[in-house]
Amino acid sequence: MSHEPLTVPEVRETTLAVEGVTVGLSGRTILDDVSFTIGRGEFTGLIGANGAGKTTLFRVILGLLAPASGRVRVGGGERSRRDMGYVPQKFLLDPDMPLRGRDLVGLGLDGHRLGFALPSRARRRRIDAMLDAVDARGFGDARVGQLSGGEQQRILIAHALISEPTLLLLDEPLANLDLRSAQEVVRLLAGIAREQQIAVLISAHEMNPLLPVMDRIVYMAAGRAASGTTAEVVRSDVLSGLYGHHVDVLRVHGRVIVVAGTGQDEHTAIDASGHGPGTVEIV
Amino acid sequence: MRRVHQVLRAIVEPGFFSDPSVQLAAVVGGLVALVAGNVGVFTVIRGQSFAGEALGDMGAAGGSSAYLIGVAPLWGFIAVAVAAAGVMELIGIQRARGRDLATGIVLGAGFGLAALLLYLGTTFDNTTGATITILFGSIFLLERSILAPALALGVIALAIVLVLNRPLLLASVSPELAAARGIPVRLIGGLYLIAMAVAVALSAVTIGAILSTALLIGPAATALALTDSPGRAIITAGAVGVGATWLGLLLAYDSYYWPPLHQGWPVSFFVVTLVLIAYLAAHIGPRRRTVR
Repeated sequence: MSHEPLTVPEVRETTLAVEGVTVGLSGRTILDDVSFTIGRGEFTGLIGANGAGKTTLFRVILGLLAPASGRVRVGGGERSRRDMGYVPQKFLLDPDMPLRGRDLVGLGLDGHRLGFALPSRARRRRIDAMLDAVDARGFGDARVGQLSGGEQQRILIAHALISEPTLLLLDEPLANLDLRSAQEVVRLLAGIAREQQIAVLISAHEMNPLLPVMDRIVYMAAGRAASGTTAEVVRSDVLSGLYGHHVDVLRVHGRVIVVAGTGQDEHTAIDASGHGPGTVEIV
Repeated sequence: MRRVHQVLRAIVEPGFFSDPSVQLAAVVGGLVALVAGNVGVFTVIRGQSFAGEALGDMGAAGGSSAYLIGVAPLWGFIAVAVAAAGVMELIGIQRARGRDLATGIVLGAGFGLAALLLYLGTTFDNTTGATITILFGSIFLLERSILAPALALGVIALAIVLVLNRPLLLASVSPELAAARGIPVRLIGGLYLIAMAVAVALSAVTIGAILSTALLIGPAATALALTDSPGRAIITAGAVGVGATWLGLLLAYDSYYWPPLHQGWPVSFFVVTLVLIAYLAAHIGPRRRTVR
């Protein structure tokens, strides 16, 4: 009697489904038939060079930009902004502005409501607990504009999380952070995904800081995306198909480097900030 | 008791509290300062003080044309300031830089027009009263009929800032965060511009079109140095504005008895100077809290 090998069907509760999203702006295709899903509590890296369409994708997911075709589902049903927490790419606040970390976190709780936030013990406790959860209690009473980049990211993450979303979107939160702050923010986010089962979609032009914690990767190039586990996606054949020309994927001391090769020229590895025909970032 | 009375008399000249024109000035001036201070906190947070200045300059054209056709200057200030706010919203919303340019263009045009209208006014009248009233204000000469409309306008501006408080604050701090939470950022910005136009127009009535932004920006900038919390900044700015206005009224009233001229100095001078002193004191005096 022979048995089929026992396979437990993967039960993956989908938190975010992006289905065939295409966006064109003034005749240029920004997103070209982008599809992927993120399961509950999964930590997903959205990797791509500047201009690959990452921010546009976030705007579509948030419902701020209507796609030409395709659709976005959050939590398997109708999208609600309450389900999503968002940390934008650029956050600049003058150090003179009278806004403490706890004020910004409070605005995450009820900033969409009219009138003033009436001081209450319950509200204060909830904000304190949120500040604790992101290790920001120590600077929660300082002006946001006077905080360091890493401290501001923690406050912004608390702002995004306090409304208890099922999906947390972060647009390049590691840009402009020193290595140590970046590692701390990544560790914090990975813990949030694992412990609170919140799906995290984090964009970056550098995948290496995320490699140890990423459950899935969405790799974007020229408006197109490939998704899966890093083992499935970060391969020469997959990325070559995405870029439309040959690229090599090198693994060196646990780091991944993606190198463009034209076949005629020498292999060129171009910095992440560079773009133009045939350029690929080192990641 | 008698000595206290003497000291008080030395500070407050006889008749200050019973004079009806002083009473009216204190009520309207206090209301206007409260509105301008509260609205001004957001002007500073949003970095729109230049826009406020432009609204005042445009208001000068409105106030002087109202004077020319024999209407209370308030109506000219308010009509033109609100219209100018609308134009600024329409032509310069896309980029921050675009907004600066648009504001600059509106500003120049407004003052040019005010110059013409005031010239015509003084030519017809053969007095310079209009110029002084429109540009620098004359709060002791207010008509009693101004009270009701000023109150109504003040309530509108205050309502915008207080009712929209949280979404306005979030949209001012980061339009992206606000948009992600479903807040209609552009609508909020437009409503706020109206509140600012009203506050500037009201300030123009009390301390003049040129100085109107002093009541908008000064108390707010003072408050930012004194507190880290947005709620407390709003309260502090209102208090600083009202305090400067009332103390300015008192000093101006007293100055009728000051040597050598016994002429009385303009209220606007005192108010603006007191606002400046408060601003400097807040920045130099108590060390501002920097928690790092």
